[in-house]
Amino acid sequence: MNRPIRSLAVGCLVLFLALLVNVNYVQFVKADDLNDDTGNKRVINEQFSRNRGPILVAGRPVAESKKSSDQYKYQRVYPDKGLYAHVTGYFSYVFGRGALENSENQILSGSDNRLFVNRVVDLLSNKQPTGGSVELTLDPLAQKTAADGLAALGKDTKGAVAAINPQTGEILAMVNQPTYDPNQLASHDFTAVQKAWDKLTNDDDQPMLNRTTQQILPPGSTFKLVTAAAALENGVVDNASDKVKGGRSLSFPGVQYKLVNENGSSCGGDPITFGRALEVSCNVSFGSLAGKIGQDALDEQASKFGFGTDPLAGLPMNPSRFTTSDTQLENTQLAQSGIGQFEVAATPLQMAMVAGAIANEGEVMRPYVIKTVRSPNVRVLEKGEPQAFGRAMSRSNAAILRDMMVKVVERGTATSARINGVDVGGKTGTAQSTPDRPPYAWFVAFAPAKNPKVAVAVVVESSDTARDEIAGGRLAGPIARSVMEAVLGR
Amino acid sequence: MVAPSSSSGTPAWVPRKRRGTELVLTSMAVGIAIFAYVAVGLGARGTVPAGVFKLAAAVIVVAIATTIVVRRLAPYADPVLLPLVIALNGIGLAMIYRIDQDCPGFCLGGDYQPLANAQLMWTALGLVAFTVVLFVVNDHRMLQRFTYSAGLAAIVLLVLPLLPGIGQNIRGARIWINLGPFSFQPGEAAKICLAVFFAGYLVRHKDALALAGRRVLGVDLPRGRDLGPILAGWLISVGILVFQRDLGSSLLFFGLFVVMLYIATERPGWLVVGAVLFVSGSYFGYLAFGHVRARFDAWLDPFGNPDANGQLISSLYGLAHGGVLGRGLGQGSPELTPFSFSDFIVGALGEELGLTGLMAILLIYGLIVERGLRIALTCRDAFGKLLAAGLAVSFALQVFVVVGGVTRLIPLTGLTTPFLAQGGSSIVMNWAIMGLLLRISDQTRRPAPEISTVQSDEETQIVKLPAGGTA
Repeated sequence: MNRPIRSLAVGCLVLFLALLVNVNYVQFVKADDLNDDTGNKRVINEQFSRNRGPILVAGRPVAESKKSSDQYKYQRVYPDKGLYAHVTGYFSYVFGRGALENSENQILSGSDNRLFVNRVVDLLSNKQPTGGSVELTLDPLAQKTAADGLAALGKDTKGAVAAINPQTGEILAMVNQPTYDPNQLASHDFTAVQKAWDKLTNDDDQPMLNRTTQQILPPGSTFKLVTAAAALENGVVDNASDKVKGGRSLSFPGVQYKLVNENGSSCGGDPITFGRALEVSCNVSFGSLAGKIGQDALDEQASKFGFGTDPLAGLPMNPSRFTTSDTQLENTQLAQSGIGQFEVAATPLQMAMVAGAIANEGEVMRPYVIKTVRSPNVRVLEKGEPQAFGRAMSRSNAAILRDMMVKVVERGTATSARINGVDVGGKTGTAQSTPDRPPYAWFVAFAPAKNPKVAVAVVVESSDTARDEIAGGRLAGPIARSVMEAVLGR
Repeated sequence: MVAPSSSSGTPAWVPRKRRGTELVLTSMAVGIAIFAYVAVGLGARGTVPAGVFKLAAAVIVVAIATTIVVRRLAPYADPVLLPLVIALNGIGLAMIYRIDQDCPGFCLGGDYQPLANAQLMWTALGLVAFTVVLFVVNDHRMLQRFTYSAGLAAIVLLVLPLLPGIGQNIRGARIWINLGPFSFQPGEAAKICLAVFFAGYLVRHKDALALAGRRVLGVDLPRGRDLGPILAGWLISVGILVFQRDLGSSLLFFGLFVVMLYIATERPGWLVVGAVLFVSGSYFGYLAFGHVRARFDAWLDPFGNPDANGQLISSLYGLAHGGVLGRGLGQGSPELTPFSFSDFIVGALGEELGLTGLMAILLIYGLIVERGLRIALTCRDAFGKLLAAGLAVSFALQVFVVVGGVTRLIPLTGLTTPFLAQGGSSIVMNWAIMGLLLRISDQTRRPAPEISTVQSDEETQIVKLPAGGTA
């Protein structure tokens, strides 16, 4: 009877090996995944009792943990309330984490692998681990200016401002209206948190939505920059002085539909120069150019600027689009797409990237918001480095388009963005949506034209202003100007 | 008994009692238990628990008393088994004391009452049971006489909870009986009775089972009359358990049955038959019983239904949160997992002692099984072999089923975690099993009584009485 007992012993060995391998899988291999689950009360309890690292803007905390006297040792505080809410996100016991509080959680909570040595020291000295800090690229003055600019349009106005440094890709401002106060969600009074959450999530204006990266809207005439870039890159035009079609309307063979200009204008003749077409934002010219460029080339140009991608790390971002997938555009639709209508939709950050690339000699920089990540003892663990996303245009073509944009500000539709003594390039946009909603007012700009320091995109979704008065230049332009002034220190 | 001094040239194998080794190992095990208790106090309250010296003294006295019991009643018994079990029992007690720190007013919907004292009392009763087994059963072969009585007792024990009046339905399973202030799970005792019954029956019928019969599809099936009683016994126990809705025990008894049949007949075909029966039984259970289906689905995708599988998910979160080194005793949150003091105590231990501690505990379990199988291998009689192997393998199965369930290796079934989980019947019966194993081991390692080795003419003139099993 010993033989079966021996084989059963092997069998038992296999059973125990399976148990051992499995606990290694759960407690070692899978542990990080399980700990990252937002519903994991243990981790939340523990992290609520930890000195979580701060999120800093220009050396000042915009999210920090302060000692608390209740059952959790620390209270997360956001001193600027709603100003940085969409970048920092929230840190809530009940509803988990959002934005950078979530994506940088490992470092903020102190459980990042790069803090291993700190953790071992904490373990030996029996201390709770403290978190590392995350410093942002944001410019506090630009951020404040943008928020004030949107607020000045009235609190019912929805809008967003994204500003970047075109040469590095650093995000300088990221502002949304309406916004929310993350302190309400970080509170230890869970009934109040639940109430605040219900109110925020049921609000039709979606205050928790980061419009600068998550909401894609028809970019309207600002998309003419992409069409212009494609026209230059594909040799449809070679210079600002080349002639393009102008006039009151663009008709298409075999259909009734005619593409017309805003307010029925004639763009000052037919033909007109390419530069003039951009200055007056001539729909007919760009509709006709789009037809000559073709869907594929235009689509490709948009992709080179970043459409269809999510280049931003750490924050939720929806890719902008030229068309929804697999749409074959008719002639009329292609012309509409060329002026930023039909299925074209972009985020403000994406449009800031377009303006920035034109100013930055055709090179698109990958946008980033984290400047440095430091350990609790301020050793730098990670530095946000400028990274090229790709080249959207040749240098010479970019220079042509840049100078055209400067003219738009000097004497075209974008005069509201003029800054004394600085060459500013810009483009307005007014996109139609449905007849019962006001159009979106857009404005994209950069400054200074040579050696650019800032590129900005502003979108105003709805406004208390009467419908016919809305034009990108009037509503969004001044905000863009003041943000650029803030960055340039004027 | 002194090792025989063989004056002749044959160097006889001199078994060593190794009671000194046992004492050293036992003091280490006691040390683990006391330090665990202190660590709980320091971790959960920041102070060394009051009365630690009283408790330490009590534990040391009990441990010494137990080693003395073994020294006197089973001097040749395996020296490793007892310290392993004491270590496990001590860790379990410390963990239940630890859960007592955070559970009152929170667990069981706020109805939680501290359990450590009761568990301590049950442990004492377990040691009494251990002593009684060693004292009463002075030769394990005497149990063979009670083969059918044990079988009957097993059936009675299994039927008891179904009887109105004393039977009690707790958490959907009807496996408890009420005896005055105590409730008791007779299934644990039934397991021992069944092992004795199977061993006794198979010893008597193994040749018939193995040799007579016909071959069907490559498997030698025995004659119906040889198989009848054992199959009937098995059917009844499994039937009862299905009615009691306790599939963990059902699986365990079935495993015990198949394994002992395999050992007795040395025919691996029985394992195949067992596996086929088990798989089809499981499938039937899956189709027929909602709770089996729920358990199975929970195993495949616990996170798909977090409300229903909160317990398992919480256990997994606890294990992950413990990580490699654990939170430290008293510093995790085992109270977040319902029934972390009983069914899910392994999750609680994994959370606070970490992967390291949990692997150590699994190794202790593995060593207990290894010692049990070693006893079976070295045992000289078939009944002892079968009984020891059956008890050891069923112990291994039980650990596998419960630990595997809690760590999501296999679907969750309700079985107790031997020596760790809160629960009186489990702890008392497992101590009784250890008593039985030590008894068989003592018998095995004891030097063979000298019989009829003719050494000189003088001795041939002495009329020797045949020595019995016990000397």
